[in-house]
Amino acid sequence: MKKLSLLTLRKRLLGTNEKTGILPQAAIYFLLIAIGFVYLYPVLYMVINSFMSPDELADVSVNWVPRQLYFGNFQKAFETLDFTKSFLNSLLMSIGPTVLQVVVTACIGFGLARFAIKGKAIWMILIVSTFLIPDQIVKIPRYVLYHSYGILDTIWPFYLPAGLGQGLKSAIFILIFYQFFVSYPKALDEAAEIDGCSKFRIFYQIALPTATPAVVLSAVASVVWYWNETSQSTLFFGNKIPTLPIQLGIFTDRYTALYGATDTLSEVDRINEAVTLAGTLLSVLPLLILYLILQRKFMQSVEMTGIAGE
Amino acid sequence: MKKKTLSFAAREQLTGYAFLSPWIIGFLAITLYPVIYSIAMSFCAVKITGEGIDLTFRGFYYYDQALNVDPGFSIDLGNTLFFILCFTPVIVVLSLISAVLLNNKFRGRGLFRAIYFLPVIIMSGPVISTLLSKYTVSFADAIPQIYAFLNALPDTIKSPAVYILDNIILIMWFSGVQILIFLAGLQKINPNLYEAASMDGAGTWEKFWKITLPHTYTLIIICTVYTIVELANYVNNAVNKRITVRIFDDAGRIYSLSSAMSWIVFVIVMVILGIVWLMFYLLSRRSEK
Repeated sequence: MKKLSLLTLRKRLLGTNEKTGILPQAAIYFLLIAIGFVYLYPVLYMVINSFMSPDELADVSVNWVPRQLYFGNFQKAFETLDFTKSFLNSLLMSIGPTVLQVVVTACIGFGLARFAIKGKAIWMILIVSTFLIPDQIVKIPRYVLYHSYGILDTIWPFYLPAGLGQGLKSAIFILIFYQFFVSYPKALDEAAEIDGCSKFRIFYQIALPTATPAVVLSAVASVVWYWNETSQSTLFFGNKIPTLPIQLGIFTDRYTALYGATDTLSEVDRINEAVTLAGTLLSVLPLLILYLILQRKFMQSVEMTGIAGE
Repeated sequence: MKKKTLSFAAREQLTGYAFLSPWIIGFLAITLYPVIYSIAMSFCAVKITGEGIDLTFRGFYYYDQALNVDPGFSIDLGNTLFFILCFTPVIVVLSLISAVLLNNKFRGRGLFRAIYFLPVIIMSGPVISTLLSKYTVSFADAIPQIYAFLNALPDTIKSPAVYILDNIILIMWFSGVQILIFLAGLQKINPNLYEAASMDGAGTWEKFWKITLPHTYTLIIICTVYTIVELANYVNNAVNKRITVRIFDDAGRIYSLSSAMSWIVFVIVMVILGIVWLMFYLLSRRSEK
């Protein structure tokens, strides 16, 4: 009897082939939490410090948990960022390009996957190669190009490339859609074709709706990348359409302009840091909310599409 | 009659190209043309006139300026290469481990996945600079023994190790997409394989080396390439910062100097990618034997 219970204990702890035991389970949790903490730490730090009042920041004994919620930092950060306007700019410069990018890359992926195009291999190589070309190289000539067309400081420096499959990381999205359309059954297409459906109608009425996982994945990734982009946007339309990250990049300057010069005293610096952190939090908050809402669907999409197939 | 209606194959070609056409137009107009223009600018003096831009051929002048005259470019370039070479292997290994961990069946798996991808969501240049420049975890304070140990090692091992430890948060923040790529790949491995291996008495360790690793081999290559490109394009790396500052350099070097610098970086990154590809190629040939 005793021997038997020892055996079950061993089974419970170390696990069997069918079931993971408690010890390996605990080890996995420990590693997951340890790594997860490193991801969360800066975010936690940001959230906590942005809620601290100047008194608490000056008080060395208060380190982690603020005694009360203080919104003063957010008020200042809100004004420094010119939040409402910058937020709308960010929306304009991320949602629009995303819609264009997703539809167009889906269309390109569909074309490559569903038609026996001559020279397909060459097109694929060229598409992958556009991913390798760094921003730094095309940035200046594009600037010159957009300047000559007179579309600097408008929405077009983002909308135009997105609409032509040359947007931010477009190559990745083309490959995702290609992968998806290659692997899904053609029977639906063929049935529709027999019924006299044109290829374009097949694309937007059958293929695109079936590709929901790929669409969700591309849309979330695309919004995030467009939202966070600062190097092109600063150059192409930063002065006229400042987005939240652009405002964040010049936060200190704007803050100084609004609330006076920063003292060199370390205490005051820390208080200003709290405002900066509040600003940082404000600038990523919309994305965080979007992610919280779409997170489950997004992860499912990852599983269903397999972002980088063989 | 035969001439008027296109054959099925020809129609297929045409429709296919119709779907591809936005990309072809875009590629020619706003990728290929700028690339060629950028090469031209790196070899020419740029003069901005009322009507447009004048280019005068100067040969390798700006490359020489970048490498030999510009103070700090070579140093920044070296630092960036060091950054790429140190970060890439750690990011790839770490994201593979994370993905394997996340692929286990356990409670709260959805929550962990959400957290692991968090950095990608909120990662932009300014956010990283505010968050990570000041608030990194200092291992020197937490576990001084590690540094005591590392200091005893020769410099070639010590400096990358210390660099990696100092930047561990940044490294992990760069792993989000790679974790997703691995996770998606792991999902595709047939669970029967693991079951069969278990039947034959294989442990977790053996299963990882004999099943997981060979099946994710292609993904490892993809992730390595992605990571190198991503790090090379990272706005805040030393050399990219310098290039951005140099765009509107003094009148004699405007656009040209930064173009030359970009091309130097690009060529070096391509060479690195070539070496990496060769490495993986040789590795896979060896394992086939």
